[in-house]
Amino acid sequence: MRLRLVPQDTSYDFFRYRTITSGISIVAVVLSLIVWMVMGLNFGIDFSGGTTIRTESPAAVDVGAYRGAIDPLGLGDVRITEVFDPTFGPERNVAMIRLQAQEGQESVSAETIAEVEAALQALDQQLTFASVESVGPKVSGELVRSALIAVGVAMLLIMVYIWLRFEWQFAVGAVAALFHDVILAIGIFSVLQIRFDLATIAALLTIIGYSINDTVVIFDRLRENLRKFKTMPLVDVMNLSVNETLSRTVMTSGTTLLALIALLVLGGDVIRGFVFAITFGIVVGTYSSLYVAKNIVLQLGVKRDWSKPDAEAGTQFGDADA
Amino acid sequence: MLHIPTWKRALIWAVVAAGVLLALPNVFYSRVESHNDAARAIEQSGATPEREAALAGWPGFLPSGLVNLGLDLRGGAHLLAEVHVEDVYEDRMRGLWPDVRNALRAERDAVGPVRRVDGPAGELHVRLGNPEGMARAMEVVRDLARPIVSLTGVGASDIEVRGEGDLLIVTLSEAEQQATDRRTIQQSLEIIRRRVDEVGTREPTIQRQGDTRILIQVPGVGSAAELKALIGTTARLTFQPVVGRTDTAGAAPGAGNVLLPSLDEQGVFYIIEDRVVVSGEELTDAQPAFDQNGRPAVNFRFNPTGARKFGDYTAENIGNPFAIVLDGEVISAPVIQSHIPGGSGIITGRFSVEESTQLAVLLRAGALPAEMTFLEERTIGPELGQDSIEAGALACIVAFCAVLVFMALSYGLFGIFANIALLLNVAMMFGLLSMIGATLTLPGIAGIVLTIGMAVDANVLVFERIREEMRTARGPARAIELGYERALSAILDANVTTFLVAAILFTMGSGPVRGFAVTLALGIITSVFTAIYVTRLIMVTWFDRARPKTIEV
Repeated sequence: MRLRLVPQDTSYDFFRYRTITSGISIVAVVLSLIVWMVMGLNFGIDFSGGTTIRTESPAAVDVGAYRGAIDPLGLGDVRITEVFDPTFGPERNVAMIRLQAQEGQESVSAETIAEVEAALQALDQQLTFASVESVGPKVSGELVRSALIAVGVAMLLIMVYIWLRFEWQFAVGAVAALFHDVILAIGIFSVLQIRFDLATIAALLTIIGYSINDTVVIFDRLRENLRKFKTMPLVDVMNLSVNETLSRTVMTSGTTLLALIALLVLGGDVIRGFVFAITFGIVVGTYSSLYVAKNIVLQLGVKRDWSKPDAEAGTQFGDADA
Repeated sequence: MLHIPTWKRALIWAVVAAGVLLALPNVFYSRVESHNDAARAIEQSGATPEREAALAGWPGFLPSGLVNLGLDLRGGAHLLAEVHVEDVYEDRMRGLWPDVRNALRAERDAVGPVRRVDGPAGELHVRLGNPEGMARAMEVVRDLARPIVSLTGVGASDIEVRGEGDLLIVTLSEAEQQATDRRTIQQSLEIIRRRVDEVGTREPTIQRQGDTRILIQVPGVGSAAELKALIGTTARLTFQPVVGRTDTAGAAPGAGNVLLPSLDEQGVFYIIEDRVVVSGEELTDAQPAFDQNGRPAVNFRFNPTGARKFGDYTAENIGNPFAIVLDGEVISAPVIQSHIPGGSGIITGRFSVEESTQLAVLLRAGALPAEMTFLEERTIGPELGQDSIEAGALACIVAFCAVLVFMALSYGLFGIFANIALLLNVAMMFGLLSMIGATLTLPGIAGIVLTIGMAVDANVLVFERIREEMRTARGPARAIELGYERALSAILDANVTTFLVAAILFTMGSGPVRGFAVTLALGIITSVFTAIYVTRLIMVTWFDRARPKTIEV
């Protein structure tokens, strides 16, 4: 008995409702941008400076009591959150304490941390400090900058590569799809106020990598079919290409999602935000390679007559290994 | 039709076998780790029965490279320190002032009385009693300049002198500032390394980051505060009279003397008078140089007090050796050639250029040359790291099994071929990680899980293509061949773009993100290799044996 997620021959019309799908994408991107502007991101210490202390104790976490112990130290904004995880069990109670960057200090001094630890330990003798991380505002500013550069450079390189391998319309479509994915991912981080740190940037770049992977596979088939069916209308060639690769798209997304869900459930709370970002991105990325990238190529049109010599202009590397 | 030359088959299996073999030590992680530790310990300080036993725990002919575990998995402390390189400029100016004063006093008639006035940090401001003498004063002070010994700054001198009204201003030249910055960082690195090595933890990372920063990662240290205390301790450098030299470790030094080992000569000991002539706090500078005969040597300079003590001592002890002692070890014991007034001197010996550079570094390495601020401090408890490893490993296994089942259900026999390739893929990935000594971090584990998910993509592309070709092609062999041929461009395009992303992550990222980039990039390489070569080879081998009339993908 063979498992088939997609029937053998499909001929779904993916582009019949392209105004609707484009509309949904535009609305989603705009909403994400608005949410991002209004709610902001919950930056981790990597990006905003400050200190996080992770505490573990067999006794239950009492956020109010913790706050009562730390407030007299006068450290400004202190955020205390209890961390829940299905793998913890009743004997393991974890809390994260976040101190803001202290005035005039690059990283929170050892004395300050020792004071906080002493105050908390007075409350609960069994409390241990699983991790203490402190980042100064100077470094965090640079980290933000290099993260933005990383995302920008990644997009640019991908655009150039696709332009060389395909046509410029494909490059525009692919990069628009990437922006779509990244902005939606940032939007979901903003809505759910998930901590946004260096690992999240890595997750965003992974989403870019995956989404482009998906987009390119369909583009590749589209290029092949454009050569094969020279007179077929563009929208039909596209539908054909998407249908032909549909089984692969679903299989690959499926296996990747399977792996990620395992990590999401079992991987522990430390990397959950990171894994969540990737998981969300894979879903959105699959959607965007089907719709955003193709809708744009459809809108821009493609040079169809591939037999003329000058048709090779943008694809001089296209046949290198085909 | 489906023919793969024998040499190619052999090569593919050889690569796979090498990958698996390199990955093997990670399966016996703790055993191999103690084997490696024992090997290192025996090399350094001789064999003991326990060490021999630990060494025998893993056969020596097998590879013993392991994937390093990052701090977030092993626990430990991480510090990012910024070195205030400008501190050193100020010290240099302070050290220069007595020379400038003496030189100008000798020209008192022309320049009048001089005194030092406050100026910005790193500049030496001298007010001249007689501004007309400025030209002469500048000439005299310029004579104090020393040529810079560096690759780029040939012909440049270390100080710049300018006059403003009755103010004579001395600053370090730009080339000298750069050279100083470089030395300061190098020196700080050296000191930190010595401090950290003293506690003997396994594989600390101490490296320069950017122009003025130092990254320190030490696994197994309790907290960042502890690590800071460790680094902050200053080394003790002393100059002491030498009584004699011996090669017996237990020799009796006699009253008032101590027996100290040599730093670089094995089994050599010095009997040193327990009396400090000058100590390292009074050393202001030490640099590699050459003596009159063109042999590598080290120039050093004391502050005024140190200079006086050193001058008096050398005047009385020409022909006798004196020892330069760092933290209870004799760096070198040169013979005093002549009276050394003025507080600067030269240490000659049987040095190579590298050794003189090293000695200069060590001499300066007595105390941290400049203040450091810590920009980033992280402490990860070992339990948290252990939990992360366990959670990550569990997730990997579950993800792996899920993908295996999914592939087998979807593609039947071919799915099992892909699964074998996937297993080999993960093994080869670990092999590569061990070979390049990469560090596995928590996001790195996520990278592996993601690769497991994505690695099947190349196979899926091929299988789907074979399915399609089955409908049109003449026979299964042709379909398989066409499937591989036509899927190749999609596989390459898709993976090159992902690889670009991994490369950017690696160059731009730091710490854990870098670990993720490494596993992602290696995963792409191994998954393309296994999909294009290994699965195909398995498939062709099976096809040759079974000769099926039709295939079901």
